Amino acid sequence: MSAFIRYLRSFWRHLNGDATYERYLRHWHERHAEQLQPLSRKAFFAAETQRKWNGVKRCC
Amino acid sequence: MSGTNKQLPSIFFWACVALTGAFSLGGIALQRGESINSMWLIVAAICIYALGYRFYSAFVASKVLMLDASRATPAERFDDGRDFMPTHKWVVFGHHFAAIAGPGPLIGPTLAAQFGYLPGTLWILIGAVLGGCVQDFVTLFFSIRRDGRSLGQMAKDELGAIGGTAAMIGVMMIMVILIAVLGLVVVNAMKHSPWATSTVAATIPIAVLMGCYLHHLRPGRVLEATLIGVSLLIFAVLGGGWIDNSPTIRSWFDYDAPQLALMVILYGFAAAVLPVWLLLAPRDYLSTFMKLGTITALAIAIVVLRPELKMPALTQFIDGTGPIFGGKLFPFVFITIACGAISGFHALISSGTTPKLLANEQDARFIGYGAMIMESFVAIMAMIAASVLEPGVYFAINSPAGIVGKEAVDAVAKISAWGFPVGVEQMQTLAKTMGESTLFARTGGAPSLAVGMASLFAQVFGEHLLAAWYHFAIMFEALFILTTLDAGTRVARFMLQDMLGNIGLAKTNSYPSILVTSGLVVGAWGYFLYMGTIDPLGGINSLWPLFGIANQMLAAIALCVATTILVKSDKLKYVWVTAVPLAWLIIVTSTAAWEKLFATDLRVGFLSHAADLSAKLANGALPAEQIKSAPHLIFNDYLNAGLTSLFMLITWLLLADTLRVIYCILAGKNYPQSSESAHMPSRLVEKWVRD
Repeated sequence: MSAFIRYLRSFWRHLNGDATYERYLRHWHERHAEQLQPLSRKAFFAAETQRKWNGVKRCC
Repeated sequence: MSGTNKQLPSIFFWACVALTGAFSLGGIALQRGESINSMWLIVAAICIYALGYRFYSAFVASKVLMLDASRATPAERFDDGRDFMPTHKWVVFGHHFAAIAGPGPLIGPTLAAQFGYLPGTLWILIGAVLGGCVQDFVTLFFSIRRDGRSLGQMAKDELGAIGGTAAMIGVMMIMVILIAVLGLVVVNAMKHSPWATSTVAATIPIAVLMGCYLHHLRPGRVLEATLIGVSLLIFAVLGGGWIDNSPTIRSWFDYDAPQLALMVILYGFAAAVLPVWLLLAPRDYLSTFMKLGTITALAIAIVVLRPELKMPALTQFIDGTGPIFGGKLFPFVFITIACGAISGFHALISSGTTPKLLANEQDARFIGYGAMIMESFVAIMAMIAASVLEPGVYFAINSPAGIVGKEAVDAVAKISAWGFPVGVEQMQTLAKTMGESTLFARTGGAPSLAVGMASLFAQVFGEHLLAAWYHFAIMFEALFILTTLDAGTRVARFMLQDMLGNIGLAKTNSYPSILVTSGLVVGAWGYFLYMGTIDPLGGINSLWPLFGIANQMLAAIALCVATTILVKSDKLKYVWVTAVPLAWLIIVTSTAAWEKLFATDLRVGFLSHAADLSAKLANGALPAEQIKSAPHLIFNDYLNAGLTSLFMLITWLLLADTLRVIYCILAGKNYPQSSESAHMPSRLVEKWVRD
């Protein structure tokens, strides 16, 4: 049961965007650990917001 | 033999679904005279969607597109942790649905209810299952097979430079018209309504506060920030009632339509040049949460209450004399309801953003076809919310003053004479319960939808809060209309900068270039918005059909690209899957465009309206207050006529180009080769779970 709740929580966090930074960190450690430092939480979100709104994201 | 036995329960189940669907649909269509319960619509819709998804989308997936679960998607191949990222299919579904579902499916059906609920409902159901869902699905799939490229890029690759350019110009124009018409809907909801205006105005500081919270205080804590924002919004809705009761503060928020239009234009410019984190991003979080929450609440309210539809199945306005917009049932019901049945705009989301997230190609069916079913269902609910109003009330709210007269007495007399009885006192009481001074001539769909929603919500959640529910509904619609306005202005600005950059005129990132291009884009939609507010016929009458034509034109572009790709991939025998919706759209948009240009009915034909107004101006037959605006309106008619011709030109050019490429393929001549990426086996497929 608790595994299911954990799953739901993680699903919800992915859906609303709260989990984006953790996902980025995981990806960074897997792929880019040779670089100096991952982006800070703040810098990551600043860049992410900029990137996200660089195209058609919302419809009529 | 045992296989058949195992299938029997399934065959029985789907036969029941088909029978229930056919029975409900028959019930709706054959109902005459007495009012009908909204559950018939809901049941018919669910059965048709279920059948469409289970059988037609499965056919398209396995026979036409041949989805391949073992093939690596762009998300897997280019996984960069940001743009490209294999994501759980329900998460992608949520994001995709939030992106495609805007105010369109709420407004279109509300306006089309002037023909009665039947034509719109049938078009929403059939158009979605055979047209809109297919368009979204195939575009998503073809974009996945092409590294997540955008529609414009695919048009260029598969058809050539002409197709690419036509698609690009089409997207920019639809953006301008879309923003203008949505702006007009908000303005009509806010005019002389201090409660609505103050609530909508309050969303700006609330979004800015959230933006600062998300950017500085607690970076990226979306849920926290949104909860704060939503609570403040609710306070703003209730506070608006208090403002409305105070004679002094009330006057600070009391404006007429042209003044409000200018404010929306100023706001649009500010939003386009401010950093995204400050206004656009936080507002989008707010509007997404509100949208999903309110749509769920509306669905619950309809299912719990099972309201009777008071609107007749068909009204006399199918002959083209409708007060909200002029034009006959064919083609205008198919133009008015774009989003909810088939919306070309979705092709921009289905190519570009969503295809970069799918972990497996097979998910394209669930996300592409499935999310559009959801959006279509939203349109059905909007149709119900509009049809539960007394038809007299519906027409009183939505008919512009230029049609029914400025005075309440004239308006109710005229509407009652159409056979939809309504009284002055009834409208006054209704306005008072909704916390408004008047509800007459609030054309655009938002206020009548808000009255419908408020009365449904109030029955479920508390009768005494009617006025608060009404303004909650207005705020909710305004919220995501303004998000579309911000986001659309930005996108159009990027495109303009790109185009100007290509001919060496603008540097993309310099601040003066941002200011100038934003100004041009805002000026373009601002012009149409402002003209809409001074048009005595209500603005919606000319702008909404223009928007519908533009949106369907975009769908035609997407279907042209898809049809070409099908022929290139040796699927000629299945080409009807996209070619039939394409042919239908070409017929509908061309007929509508032709009528908008050349019809003799003054409310339909732009050119005859211009000629009539010029003649009246020359003869001195115009009332004094219209003399000043007449030259602008005449110019506006010619401009609208020019735009309509341009939309048609683009559509036919693209169709001709598509036919040319298809001819070259079939005749064995030279043609642009398919740009599909090479097959790479997926390593994720073992982990992927089939539904």
